[in-house]
Amino acid sequence: MRFELMYESFFKIIEGIPLTLQVVSISTALGLVLAIIVALMRISGRKSMSIPAYYFVYLIRGTPLLLQLYFVYYGLGQFSFIRESILWPILKEPYWCGIITLTISTGAYSSEIIRGGILSVSKNFIEASGALGLNKIKTFLLITLPITVRQALPAYGNELILMVKASSLISIITLMEITGIARTIISKTYAPVEIFLVAGSIYLIINFIIVLAVGLAERKFGTVKAN
Amino acid sequence: MFEVFSFGSSGWGDEMLMGALMTVLVSASSLLLGILIGIIFAACKLSNIFILKIIANTYTTIIRGIPELLVIYLLFFGGSGAVMYIAKIFGYDGYIELNAFTIGTIAVGAISGAYSTEVIRGAVNSVHKGQFEAGKTLGLNGYGFYGRVIFPQVARIALPGIGNVWQITLKDTALISVTGLVEIMRQSRIAAGSTHEPFIFYTAAIILYLVITRLSNILFDKAENTYSKGFVSKGVL
Repeated sequence: MRFELMYESFFKIIEGIPLTLQVVSISTALGLVLAIIVALMRISGRKSMSIPAYYFVYLIRGTPLLLQLYFVYYGLGQFSFIRESILWPILKEPYWCGIITLTISTGAYSSEIIRGGILSVSKNFIEASGALGLNKIKTFLLITLPITVRQALPAYGNELILMVKASSLISIITLMEITGIARTIISKTYAPVEIFLVAGSIYLIINFIIVLAVGLAERKFGTVKAN
Repeated sequence: MFEVFSFGSSGWGDEMLMGALMTVLVSASSLLLGILIGIIFAACKLSNIFILKIIANTYTTIIRGIPELLVIYLLFFGGSGAVMYIAKIFGYDGYIELNAFTIGTIAVGAISGAYSTEVIRGAVNSVHKGQFEAGKTLGLNGYGFYGRVIFPQVARIALPGIGNVWQITLKDTALISVTGLVEIMRQSRIAAGSTHEPFIFYTAAIILYLVITRLSNILFDKAENTYSKGFVSKGVL
């Protein structure tokens, strides 16, 4: 065990934390918006909405994230109409390709969590809200949404951890976040065990903080009895 | 447009199918290794021995909190070294190199094993306590107890969970393409690079993964039905 090397590489690897957190938070925020749209489409009851949403989720959940990343980063750039479009300044950057891919991925996975949360809201609440004279939009915002958030929180916490883990893949398209830096040091020093311990502990700490934060949020929102 | 997928030396059709076969092979061997690891660590978690519980909990926490890619890098760069170190203890001094398939199987198997541990632990816990007591009361032990009484019940409950683990494992094998194993992901990268047609090859890879997922879903549903025979309710859906 080379402790000096571990000490040195720790300071190099933590330089990757801002990029990891940045990519995770931007794509989680965008992905949440996408997830709500997809979830509402799926439970809308209209086939023209629910079928595309179903296949979108099926496509994303059935294929590896790395493949989706390659598809966005390498695959789309093949066409000249994309290279000449106004989107190209975004799509040629690995940073934005990473964010787009992670957004789409978490959008699909979280939409299932949100859908489950919405469906778990008891019919009695909706009926009571109608009886009190609240319209559909107010019912959704004041009754369904807060209960959904509470129901979906534990599963969404897992999704956040999966996002932190998934963000390591963007190192493959040249972005130097935690895993990217770790990999570079491994190939320079040939000390895989030491670097793994350092990088792994950083990930564990980030995920531990997420677990604590989600736990606090769960307590703040209180418990909801489904029936 | 589709001539790139022709078979033989001119096209990539046969290479892509071989890649798909490799993905299925490495996923299946990783799943089996993972189930084996899962049985061992689930037994540790369910045991009353404190140290075994700690070891098993550390293992699942680490694997579930650390990116899969890091685990693969650890084994890819450190796997041969570790094997040589162990071989040295037994007096073998030569150079040992593990091939990409072995490393991939061990890496993805270790990841898959953490998920299988939780699935199997949950399944054992949900077997009714009376079944254990009845088995003991009948004087069964060894194969008679675990093989004939406990295993069939655990298998039935664990099967849907193992189906989910299979899907995760299948997708995780895409990551070992970075170590050079020629499966779907690696093959489509090679083909995309040499034909300058990344879009069409990555689309083909997406379709191959979806086909494998679909087929394995059908197989798991069949297995679930077989194991659920004799139960009136077959769960939801």
